[in-house]
Order: sequence, then C-alpha cells, then structure tokens
Amino acid sequence: MARSAVSVIGAGVAAAVAALVLLPLVAVLWRAGVWPALATGDAQALWFTLWQAAVSAGLSCLLAVPVARALARRQFFGRGALITLMGAPFLLPTIVAVMGLIAVFGRSGWVNQGLAAVGLPTLTVYGAQGVILAHVFLNLPLAVRMILQGWQAIPAERFRLAESLGFAPAQVTRHLERPMLRAVLPGACAVIFVICLTSFAIALTLGGGPGATTVELAIYQAVRFDFNLGRAAMLAGVQFLLCALVATLIWRVVATPGFGAGLGRAPVLRVQGALPLAIDVLAIAAAALFLLGPLCAIALRGAPGLGELPPAVWAAAGRSVAVALISTLLTLVASLALALSVAEAQRGAAVMDGVALLPLATSGLVLGTGLFLLVQPWVLPSRLALGVTVAVNVALSLPFVYRLLLPEARVLRADYGRLSESLHLQGLAWLRLIALPRLARPLGFGAGLAAALSMGDLGVIALFASDQSATLPLVVQGLMASYRLDTAAGAALLLVGISFGLFWAFDFWGRRHAAV
Amino acid sequence: MLRFDKMVLAQDAFRLTADWEVPAGARVAVIGPSGAGKSTLLAAIAGFFAPQSGRVLWQGKDLAPASPGARPVTILFQDQNLFPHLTVAQNLGLGLRPDLRLSAAQCAQVTAVLDRVGLAGMGTRKPAQLSGGQIGRAALARALLRARPVLLLDEPFAALGPALKAEMLALVEEVATETGALVLMVTHDPADARAFAEWTVLVTEGMAHPPAPTEPLFADPPPALQAYLG
Repeated sequence: MARSAVSVIGAGVAAAVAALVLLPLVAVLWRAGVWPALATGDAQALWFTLWQAAVSAGLSCLLAVPVARALARRQFFGRGALITLMGAPFLLPTIVAVMGLIAVFGRSGWVNQGLAAVGLPTLTVYGAQGVILAHVFLNLPLAVRMILQGWQAIPAERFRLAESLGFAPAQVTRHLERPMLRAVLPGACAVIFVICLTSFAIALTLGGGPGATTVELAIYQAVRFDFNLGRAAMLAGVQFLLCALVATLIWRVVATPGFGAGLGRAPVLRVQGALPLAIDVLAIAAAALFLLGPLCAIALRGAPGLGELPPAVWAAAGRSVAVALISTLLTLVASLALALSVAEAQRGAAVMDGVALLPLATSGLVLGTGLFLLVQPWVLPSRLALGVTVAVNVALSLPFVYRLLLPEARVLRADYGRLSESLHLQGLAWLRLIALPRLARPLGFGAGLAAALSMGDLGVIALFASDQSATLPLVVQGLMASYRLDTAAGAALLLVGISFGLFWAFDFWGRRHAAV
Repeated sequence: MLRFDKMVLAQDAFRLTADWEVPAGARVAVIGPSGAGKSTLLAAIAGFFAPQSGRVLWQGKDLAPASPGARPVTILFQDQNLFPHLTVAQNLGLGLRPDLRLSAAQCAQVTAVLDRVGLAGMGTRKPAQLSGGQIGRAALARALLRARPVLLLDEPFAALGPALKAEMLALVEEVATETGALVLMVTHDPADARAFAEWTVLVTEGMAHPPAPTEPLFADPPPALQAYLG
C-alpha cells in the first residue's frame, strides 16, 4: 500500500514536470509553424553559441588539470578552504561574477590600470573574449572539482603499488593519471559545454552585437525588443534541439574510470623535485588569484554603499527571497517524490528517471518563451512574471537535486526497506520517522543548492518582468546598464550575501538534523 | 500450522521448491549451503519474495494478499534490525505502533520489556551505543512486543561469539515460549540446530526438504546433508 501511494505521487509529479517542460515546447513549435529559414544573424548566433561553448569548456578543463593535480598531491595551509571555495562559483549569481570580472578586467579595472601604468595596450572585457573569460571564471572551479574527484578516486593502493614497483613520475602519469583523465575529462568538458550553451546573463552583459550573441540572448531580443514571437519560437526550437542533442550525447560519452574500489585510505601521492613544486605553487596561486580577485573587488566596491541602497533594491531582494523559498520548497517536494519512487524500482521507474532529467535538455529562455506564448493570449505576461520564474527555477534545479537524492534514497531502500515493511511502517509515519531524518543531509544540501540557484537566476525573469516584479539580479543588471556602478556593486554584494546565506542555512539545517 | 503448498520460488537461474507443513509453536532449524535459498525461503514467508507458483498458508489461509507488515510474522535480519537514528525505546515502540504515537500504557510496556531482556535504562540510547549482543537483545525485545505467531531468524546472531550466541538462543527460547511462536531459524552451525530445534529443514539442490527430527537426522545424515557437513 505504501509502495503504491509513493508510486502514484511519483507518477503525478513526473507528469507535472513533463508537462512543465514539454507544453512550452509544443507552444513554441506550434507558433514557429513551418520551419522558417535561419536569418543571417541567427546563423551567426548559433555559430557563436557553439564555438564559445567549445572554447570555454576546453579552456576550463585544460586549466583545471594542473590545479587539480596540485590540490591532489600537496598538503598546505588553506587547502580545505580553497577546495570549498571551488564550490562557490556554482552558487555565485552570474551577474555578480560579471561585475567582479568587470572590476578586475574592465576598462578602469585593476588589470588595465596596471597595463596602462607600464605603457602597454589595454584589454577589453566586452565581446567574445569577455564571454569566454566569464565562462572560464564560473566553470574552472567545477572542472577542478570534477578532475580532483577523479584523482582522489584512484585507490591509494595503486599509488603504493606504483611506488613499490619503482615507477618514475612519468610512469605514474602514464599508467595511473592519464587513464583517469581520459575517463574524466570528456565528461567534465561536456557538462561545461552544456552550461555554456545556455548562457544568457553573461552574453547579455558582456556580449551582444553581431559577434557575441548566443541563441539564448537572440531569443530574448526577439521577444523583448522586436516582439517577433515567430522568430523567438524558431530560435527556441533550435536551442532545444541543440541542448537535447548534447544532453543525450553526454549520457553516452561520460564513462567512469575503471579503477576498482580502494580501501579508502587518504591518497599517498609523493612527488619530489623543485620543478613540480614550482608548477604546483604557480597553479594554485594563479587559480586562487583568478577566482578570489573578482570576489574581493565586489566586496571592496560594494561594501561602502551597502547602507544606502535605494528602496527598490530592498523590495527586489524581498521578491527574490520569496521566489527562492517557494522554488526551493517545490523543487524539494518534487525531487523527493521522484527519487523515492524511482528508488522503489517498480514499473515506470525508468520513465520517471528520464522525466527528472528532462529539464537538462531545455533552457530557461526556451521554457520562458513557451510559457510566454501560452499565457500571452489570456493574461499580460508581466503579471505572471514571478510565478513563471518559480516554475522555470523548479524545472531547472530539479535534475540536480534529484540526482543528489536518488543514491541516498536507494541506500535507504536497500538498508531499511524490508525492515520498514515488516514493521508495517508506511505512509506519513514512514516519511516522518524514517525517510526525512535519514535523508536530511542531502535534502538540506539540495535545498541550499536550489535556493542559491533560484536566488541568483537571471534568465526568464528578464523576459517577463516589469519594474514591479523585478528580482534582485535583474535590478543589479539594470543598475549596471545605467552605469550606477557603486549602487550596483552594493546590490550585488547583498545578492551574494543572501545567496550564500540561504545555501549555508539550508545545508546547516540538513547536517544538523542528519540522522546518525 | 505453516504450510507450503507446492510452492516454487524462482529468479533467473535460482529455483527452490517446498511442499510440506510444520505445526504452530515448533522450533525449526533451516540448514544448508550458502546460496541454496535459506534466506529466500524466509523471505517468501515474510512477504518479500512472491512464489512463482504454489502457496504459503498460515492456519489454512493463503498469505499471498497480505503485505509484509500485515503477516503474522516477525523477522530478524542478519543486520539492520534497528533504525540507527532512533533510540532503542523508539525502535521497540515501532513494534507496538508504527507511527510511534504510544499511549502511557504502551510506553510502560516498552520499559518493562527492556527490563525483561536485560536492557534496563538503555532505552534512550542510540543503537550505535550498544554492543552486538545488546542489539540482538533489543531486536528480540521488539519481537516480544509484537508477539506474532511466527518468528523468523535470518542469522541475526551470525556475527556474535559462541558464548553470546548461546545467550541469544536462550533468549529466543524464552521469547518463543512466552509468545507461543513457531520459530524458523537459519543457521550454518549444526550445533545451533541440535541445541535449539526439534526439527531441521535441509535446503539444498533447489529443494527445501520436509522437516525431519533433528537428533536422528544428524545421527544418520542422508547423502545431501553429509555432503554439506563434509
């Protein structure tokens, strides 16, 4: 009985998610009608989207290898903090990252001041190179973490065996590290490629123009400025095909390294010599500087103005927090229902698993355009801005939270499924006494992730919002666009504070209530 | 009476048949090589493994429609018999009311049973703070509270030393006598069977043989049992 109840709820949630993702798509395709030819500008946008994503992914992974290697084989003060910091950019609102990069690399930024002081030509942070710079800034840490995980997944026994066989560093690299990289890099690259494929906020702020417009940005411009819904629909169709294709490829390409399970001792990598040490020090210092610089710049510039932010900023912050909390609640409920049903591994589990990952094959602006088309005949889209934002946020963070919960739900089922059933422990009592306490840790972490992603999201809201429904990231972007940079920095600092604060609070709650 | 009516358990290449009965309140040892299907036989009674054909009946009633929790059965697994995040008293309380909304009388019952199995004052502890023997006692205490007419033991004491195991078997004996339960106990050790069970079921080569009186069986083992004992 408990099982069927779980399955029914899971199926209901799966149907709702599928509808949320597919209905807008149908609306888009309906509107696009006969497939119109790509205009010159559109083909250019498509081309730019592809090559900037490829370059960003390649650069991020390439630069991440020495950093991950240094972190894997050196023990130093602040190593733990640095690895934690590597997780931060995933939670960092994109608009804040952009502001930080402008402060460091912009026209009057630190780098250009330095270059000008020694009489060298200055750089510009706008255009294609700016978009790629921002993508590397946001995704390098992700690549480092994925590759570091690969390094740490090599069992310590293998390194000890290599040592006892008298392997030189080159042989360790050849027999242990290179196979791992071959297995891990394509996956890391593909994930970052997809993330950059749907880049909107960065292209909006640093790109634009014929040479640096992504498909997402083109969709936005078609809706917002040209009000050419047919063209927007066509672009959204292109974007969906692109994402779906790549997302499908990812599941095929991504392989796990073929190392057996180790006994869990800490890796015992030992490297001697001055040159490797110099390379490692350089890699870590450069990465820390590159990642910390922009964050420090925001803090320095934003802190003075924090006390005198205009009321509109606070109002937007309130709206953003409300949107984030509602999105988080809905994401959590939906992910939990899906994860528990799939863990039951009954009929339909594969379908539900597919549905939970379906949003990965779409993008915020595609969903947004579709929902825009759906509501536009009946309601003024701007009146639904926040509701639509919540819906899109839930759809986009669902796959991540679901992925966090599923393995834990499977462990719960394997360890205590039979015991619960034999004690007739089911339904709400089971949820309250067993599932929630035992899943508290991933639930807290997932909630933190969903809240931070939702808080910092600048995507679909740009399509719908009016002044009365602007969220904090949109207000920051507006302030930047009107060159009120000090106020923008203050608001950005507030945004970072709330994002990280929400993440920390949820994660802390989860760890605090985690069953032991 | 527990009856297997031409029951066939099957999964992939695995196959196990049983067609016999055993009276209520009996003590039965289930013995046989690893992988022969001893645990699966117990899982079929407990409701975790549906027979491919045939029936399992308790007092003449087919158990097939009943969910595991609704069967007249308490089962002790090899491990994970207690929820690690709940206290010992809560773990016991689950045996009385799965939603843990216990009345004062039920709470008193839990305390009394804790006392009875030698865990007095340990109700507020988490399972991690108990020794292996104490965990076994707690699981048996819950069986006592549930007082179901069939008690299935799927080697819950396999990890204990000989002295502790003997202690546990004595406690099982007490629990079974008090609740009048039929006990089916999986074991690898002929000594356990001889010490505890009047009947022994040999599970081997795809068949759960009908229960045979333990002493004569071990005194003059048939070829299949001889092959297992070595």
